[in-house]
Amino acid sequence: MSRHPSVWMGLGLCLPFAAARADWEVNMTPGVTDVSQSIFDLHMTIFWICVVIGLLVFGVMIWSMYMHRRSTGQQPAHFHENTRVEVLWTVIPLLILIAMAVPATRTLIHIYDAEESDVDIQITGYQWKWHYKYLGEDVEFFSNLTTPREQINNEAPKDEHYLLEVDKPLVIPAGAKVRFLVTAADVIHSWWVPSLGVKKDAIPGFINEAWTRVEEPGLYRGQCTELCGKDHGFMPVVVEVKSPEDYAAWMAERKAEAAKLAELTSKEWTLEELVARGEQVYQTNCASCHQANGQGLPPMFPALDGSAVATGPLEGHIAIVVNGKPGTAMPAFGPQLSEVDIAAVVTYERNAWNNKLGDMVTPQNVLTFKQAEEATQ
Amino acid sequence: MSAVIDDHGHAGHDHHHGPAKGLSRWLLTTNHKDIGSMYLWFSFCAFLLGGSFAMVIRAELFQPGLQIVQPEFFNQMTTMHGLVMVFGAVMPAFVGLANWMIPLMIGAPDMALPRMNNFSFWLLPAAFGLLVSTLFMEGGGPNFGWTFYAPLSTTYAPESVTFFIFAIHLMGISSIMGAINVVATVLNLRAPGMTLMKMPLFVWTWLITAFLLIAVMPVLAGVVTMMLMDIHFGTSFFSAAGGGDPVLFQHVFWFFGHPEVYIMILPAFGAVSSIIPAFSRKPLFGYTSMVYATGAIAFLSFIVWAHHMFVVGIPLVGELFFMYATMLIAVPTGVKVFNWVSTMWRGSLTFEAPMLFAVAFVILFSIGGFSGLMLAIAPADFQYHDTYFVVAHFHYVLVPGAIFGIFASAYYWLPKWTGHMYDETLAKLHFWLSFIGMNLAFFPMHFVGLAGMPRRIPDYNLQFADFNMVSSIGAFMFGATQLLFLFIVIKCIRGGEPAAAKPWDGAEGLEWSVPSPAPYHTFQVPPDMNDVHEHRKGTGGELTP
Repeated sequence: MSRHPSVWMGLGLCLPFAAARADWEVNMTPGVTDVSQSIFDLHMTIFWICVVIGLLVFGVMIWSMYMHRRSTGQQPAHFHENTRVEVLWTVIPLLILIAMAVPATRTLIHIYDAEESDVDIQITGYQWKWHYKYLGEDVEFFSNLTTPREQINNEAPKDEHYLLEVDKPLVIPAGAKVRFLVTAADVIHSWWVPSLGVKKDAIPGFINEAWTRVEEPGLYRGQCTELCGKDHGFMPVVVEVKSPEDYAAWMAERKAEAAKLAELTSKEWTLEELVARGEQVYQTNCASCHQANGQGLPPMFPALDGSAVATGPLEGHIAIVVNGKPGTAMPAFGPQLSEVDIAAVVTYERNAWNNKLGDMVTPQNVLTFKQAEEATQ
Repeated sequence: MSAVIDDHGHAGHDHHHGPAKGLSRWLLTTNHKDIGSMYLWFSFCAFLLGGSFAMVIRAELFQPGLQIVQPEFFNQMTTMHGLVMVFGAVMPAFVGLANWMIPLMIGAPDMALPRMNNFSFWLLPAAFGLLVSTLFMEGGGPNFGWTFYAPLSTTYAPESVTFFIFAIHLMGISSIMGAINVVATVLNLRAPGMTLMKMPLFVWTWLITAFLLIAVMPVLAGVVTMMLMDIHFGTSFFSAAGGGDPVLFQHVFWFFGHPEVYIMILPAFGAVSSIIPAFSRKPLFGYTSMVYATGAIAFLSFIVWAHHMFVVGIPLVGELFFMYATMLIAVPTGVKVFNWVSTMWRGSLTFEAPMLFAVAFVILFSIGGFSGLMLAIAPADFQYHDTYFVVAHFHYVLVPGAIFGIFASAYYWLPKWTGHMYDETLAKLHFWLSFIGMNLAFFPMHFVGLAGMPRRIPDYNLQFADFNMVSSIGAFMFGATQLLFLFIVIKCIRGGEPAAAKPWDGAEGLEWSVPSPAPYHTFQVPPDMNDVHEHRKGTGGELTP
C-alpha cells in the first residue's frame, strides 16, 4: 500500500496540476497517528479495489461500444442470460467485500478502544466555538476563531491558515493517550482533526468518547463538520501537541492564569479599562451576530446600538448577557465568560456606538448579580 | 392492435373524445397523460429553481472569502437546493414518467385511481409554493440543511420552520397517493396475459419504488410531526434538556432517508434497462436477476440507515452491523451494472441521445457507487463523513444517476409524447455539455473533500480555492446547459420530423404499438399478451404482440 498521498486520485486528469502546486491536494492525509495511518491504508485499499473493478467493467463496456457499433455492420447476438456468469459475478464481489471487511473491522475495534487514557479532556461544542476542560486539572477555556473579519470580507489579504486559526488551541502532551469526552451545549457539532483521524459528533445531552496518541509535537488543524447554524464554517479546531515537559510548563502557566483572573475581579477598574477590554470580548463573542457596528442582523439578531436593553437599566442588561434569551440564538454567557469579561462587555455595549451612557459595570457587580441569582434558586 | 386505436373514431365514445378546452383541462383532468405532462413540467421548473439555488452556492464558493451572500442566506440556499431537488425535481419527474408510461407499458387505459392522481399532482404546487415562500419571511427560510437535524431545526430554527413542516406533510401525502396509484395500477390493470415477469423493468422498479414510498413517507411525516410537537406543543422528543434524544431524530430521519435514496434511483434503473437494449438491438441480459437485484436493493435499503451516522457514537456492534449491511448493497448493484454491460456486449450499437445518457448513467453512477462503497467502510468514513467527498458521492449518484436517467427517458419517449422527433444534434450537444459540466463540477469535490473541506460551509481555507473554482465553472456550465434542454423540448413539441409509432428500431414494449403522439385515450380494449413469452422463458424482451 502506498504511503505517498496526493497524486493517486488524480487519474491522469490532475497529475500536471498536482505537480505544479501544492494547493491541488487530491488525497486524504495519512496523518500523524496509528489510527489515521490505518484509516489511510483502508482508504487506499478500497480505492484501488474500486479502480481495478472500474477499469475492468468500463474497459469491457468501452471495448463493446467501439467494436460492436452498428456502423461496422455488426449483427446483434441474441443471448440474454447465462447462469454461470451470473452466479460468478454475484459470488466474486461478495468475496472481495469479505476480504475488505476484515481489516476494516480490525481498525474499527482499535479505534473504539478508549480505555486506559493518560489525559482526559472534555470537549464541548458551542455556537460557534469550542470549549476545552482538562478533567481533574481545574483548567478550562474557550477556543475562538481569530481570523479577522477584514480577511473574511476581502478587505485584507488572507493568511495561510485563513479560517483555521484560534486564540487558544487545545494543548495535549506528545506520546500520551488522550481521551476526548465530546459533547455540546446547544446544537450538534462535530469535532474533527484529519491528521489525528478523529471525528466525533458533539451532541447536547450525550457524551461521546474518542481518543488519540500523537508522537510528533506540532500544530494540527481541523474544523467543525456538522452544520450548526450561521457560523458553522467559522469554528475551527486547532490542536497543539507539546513535548511532555512543555506540556507540564504550559499546564502550570494556565493554573497561574486562573489565579490571576481571580485578582482581576477584585481590582478597581476604570471606565476606559473596561471599555477597552470589553471591545475585545465583544469582537470575539458578540460581533458575529450583533455585528461590530452594533447594528445586528435583524430580525434574527437584533441591533444593540440604541436598543432598549443596552440603554436601559443595568440589571436587565447584565441579566440578558448572563442568562441569555431562551428560545433565541442568544446563549447564556454566565457560564462561558469570567465576571471581568461580562462586566467589560456590558460596559462596552453601553458606551459604544451611539450608546454614550457613561455608566459602568464592575466585575464585583456581576459577581453580586450571580450570587443573588444563585441564592434565589 | 389496430382495433384498439380505432376506437377513437367510434360515435359511442364521444364523451371521451379528447381533452377539455382551456384551463379546466389541466385543473380537472384525470387523464394519465395530462397528469404525467404536468408532473414533468412541474419537475423541470423545480429543477431550474433548485439549480438556481445551486448557482448561488457555487458563486459564493467561487473564491474564498464572503462575496455574494452572508452565511445565514448561504445555509438557506444549501437547504432549499436539497429540498427542491429531491422532493420537487427528481421525485415528481419519476412520478410523471410513471404516469405517462406505466399504463402504456402494461396495456392499461389509465391509472387505476385517476381522481386521486389529479389530487396528488395539485398538492405539489401548493406544497412548494409554501416552501419557497419561507424565503421571503422574516427570519428567512429553512437554514438547517435538507436533513434538518434537530435541535438546529427545532429549538434553534427560524420561525418559518412550521411552514416547512406543513410543506413536507403535503409532499408526503402527494407521494403516498402517487405510490398507491402505481401499485393499484400495476397489480390490477395489466393487460390479459401480462404476467409480472413479462412487465418491462421500468414497471418493476416503479412497483418496488412505490412500496418503498408507502413504507417510508409516513416515517418522514412522523419525524416532522415530532418536530412540530417539540416546537409548538411542549414535547421534548429531540431535546436532551427535556429528557429527549437528538440522535433519535437522525435514526427516524435516515430510516426514511436511506430508502428515499433508492426511491430516487430505482425508476432510473428501470428506464435505462429499456433504453440500453433498444439501442443495442439485443434483449436485456438477465431480466430475472434484474428483478431480484432490485428487490434485494429495496430490502437492504431498510437495514443500512445508520451508515449516515457512523460518527454519532453508536456502539461498536452497531457500527459493524451497518458497515457489513451497507457493503452488501454493492452485490445486487454490481449485478445490475454487469447486466447492462452484457446487454451491450455483441449488440449492434448506435448512440442517439437516450443511449448517450444511458451509457453515461452506467459509468458515472458506478463511480458514485464506488465512492459509496468507500463510504461504507466505517473507519474510513470517520475521515469522509460530512466532507465534500460525501457531496461528490451523492451528486454522482443523483446527477448522472437520477437526472441523466430522466434525460435519457425524456429523449427516448419524447417522440411518443409529442409525435415529433427531437433535434438530435442539439440533444447530443446537450449531452456533451452536461457530461463535461457535471464532471467538472463534481469530480474535484472528491479531492477537496479528501483534503479536508467540510460540507455546508460558505467560506474555506485557501488550500481548497483552486478546485472550488473549477467546480463552480463546471456547475455554471451544467446549469446553463439545461436551458438548452428546455429549448429542445419546446422545439420538439412545436414541430419536427413526424415520429413513427416505433421510432427506435430496437425498442420493445407495448408503448410503441400505439401511434405517435399517443392518442388521448389508449388501450380502451386491452391488448392480449397471452401469446408473448416471459423474459425468462427464452425469447427475451420481445413484448410487442
